[in-house]
Amino acid sequence: MKLNEEYKELAWQGLWKNNPGLVQLLGLCPLLAVTSTVTNALGLGIATLFVLICSNATVSLVRQWVPKEVRIPIFVLIIASFVTCVQLLMNAYTFSLYQNLGIFLPLIVTNCAIIGRAEAYASRNPVKQASFDGLMMGLGFLAVLFVLGAVREVLGQGTLFDGANLLLGDWASILRIEVYQLDTQFLLAILPPGAFIAMGFFIALKNVIDDKIAQAIPKKQEKTIERVRVNFDAP
Amino acid sequence: MAFWIASSPHSHIQQKTSALMRLVIYATIPGIFAQWYFFGWGNLIHISLAVITALVAEFIVLSLREKKITQQLFDGSAVLTAVLIGISLPALAPWWISVIGAVFAIVVVKQLYGGLGHNPFNPAMAAYVMLLISFPVQMTSWQPPLELMSIGLDGVNTLFVIFTDFTSDGYSVEQLRSHIDGFTMATPLDTVKTNLTIGLTITESMNAPVIGEHFGLGWEWINAAFLVGGIFLIYKKAIDWTTPASFLLSLFICSLIAFIISPDSNASTMFHWFNGACMLGAFFILTDPVTGATSTKGRVVYGILAGFLVFIIRKEGGYPDAVAFSVLLCNMAAPLIDQYTRPRTYGHQGSER
Repeated sequence: MKLNEEYKELAWQGLWKNNPGLVQLLGLCPLLAVTSTVTNALGLGIATLFVLICSNATVSLVRQWVPKEVRIPIFVLIIASFVTCVQLLMNAYTFSLYQNLGIFLPLIVTNCAIIGRAEAYASRNPVKQASFDGLMMGLGFLAVLFVLGAVREVLGQGTLFDGANLLLGDWASILRIEVYQLDTQFLLAILPPGAFIAMGFFIALKNVIDDKIAQAIPKKQEKTIERVRVNFDAP
Repeated sequence: MAFWIASSPHSHIQQKTSALMRLVIYATIPGIFAQWYFFGWGNLIHISLAVITALVAEFIVLSLREKKITQQLFDGSAVLTAVLIGISLPALAPWWISVIGAVFAIVVVKQLYGGLGHNPFNPAMAAYVMLLISFPVQMTSWQPPLELMSIGLDGVNTLFVIFTDFTSDGYSVEQLRSHIDGFTMATPLDTVKTNLTIGLTITESMNAPVIGEHFGLGWEWINAAFLVGGIFLIYKKAIDWTTPASFLLSLFICSLIAFIISPDSNASTMFHWFNGACMLGAFFILTDPVTGATSTKGRVVYGILAGFLVFIIRKEGGYPDAVAFSVLLCNMAAPLIDQYTRPRTYGHQGSER
């Protein structure tokens, strides 16, 4: 039962409370640079997710044998080898997407979200939890990428899932949705400054939701305190 | 007894924000009049569109933030921002340009940072830059002065162009911008920049019809009118003279040095002064008390930096005019400038820091 609690906590941390994109603000460079369309965002998100799970598992496996002094170079080596795998795979199977992502695919190596998880969690915990943590953190990152990509694509080009066939194969070209017709593109949404502005709105939105939740919870506590005081004063 | 605590500048006339803003708006009237005289009704239509949008946006955000609506809505700051946006837009830009610009200026640049007095960037110029990078085609379709246009354009037709992209006779913006000889006319700054890239000298560019007899047909008078408005503001003590003076002097010196070194590839000093948004920027935008530097020494540095940036961007940058970009860059630098130009407290030695 205790193990279940731990997994729940890991999922909650990765997806919402300690989300790498919205709260830790890690890996902002790929987050802001490639989210101009949903397809690019998904491609990079899935690649990051894969690398995160594998690197977390491997780091956790070798954690007994890694000397503390040289742990960072070793983590980077592990991450880099998985990134190379992903890069070669994408080069082979989704070549156009590989070209779209460009330098940001190899740059996953330097994504602080990955090395951060290796250092903070995977190097101290058993394989199962570490890979689950990688999955949840990766999913959290993927979700932020996806939402940001969707908003920017709708605002900038008026479409959704444009070019999804690059990622998912030819059948996926039917996924393309024309939300509205634009004579002129809203370039700001496609350019990196627009990503920063949209990101700011998302962080604000998350804080608003957290505030609403926080406001809803402590009311119950106040009531119990009051009742206790009344009981003490009574006799 | 009440102590009235305020940040500098410590003025004993406790002028209300609305009175100051109203004065600045009045001072833009000569410039707007000159724009109307040379370019027709376009800018007036954009100003009214932007004002209405800005007031609506301000009202919505203020009611969401549960602020005192009547007091803050009519303090004039939103109207002034909208007027400045309307002035700086190309006269024949479509209507949604000024609407998007006003909403962005008020909601994102001003209110999201905490409202008047808390915004790090000048709302009008931030909105202008946002529009310029988002909609480059619409934002660079400058209308030539009325007297050069081969197709007449009255107020009704201007309305038609702004709202439907075509005049009632079916002419598009591109056709309206064409000279009788068939080429598309640009602003004087644009003309000079393009001509330099195709190898023409400044003297040759000065013969272009848009430049007219002096520095730019229409533009020189618009800038002169803003200069008059600015001097009126300085006379009324609404703005400090140091920022515009150091800005204009800095632009003058930079362009003078360049002109002396290579008169064939650098426009004259007065061409820089009386073109684009130079005077508008000097007297109405750089002097924004919220986003500018505070101390006198700081204002001098701020103005010099802005003048230098305007010159560099006009000369080397991708866009022909540079006031909006340099204002934003200077806004970013303003806190740092304030940090290093803090006036010495009376009675303290200058050396301690």
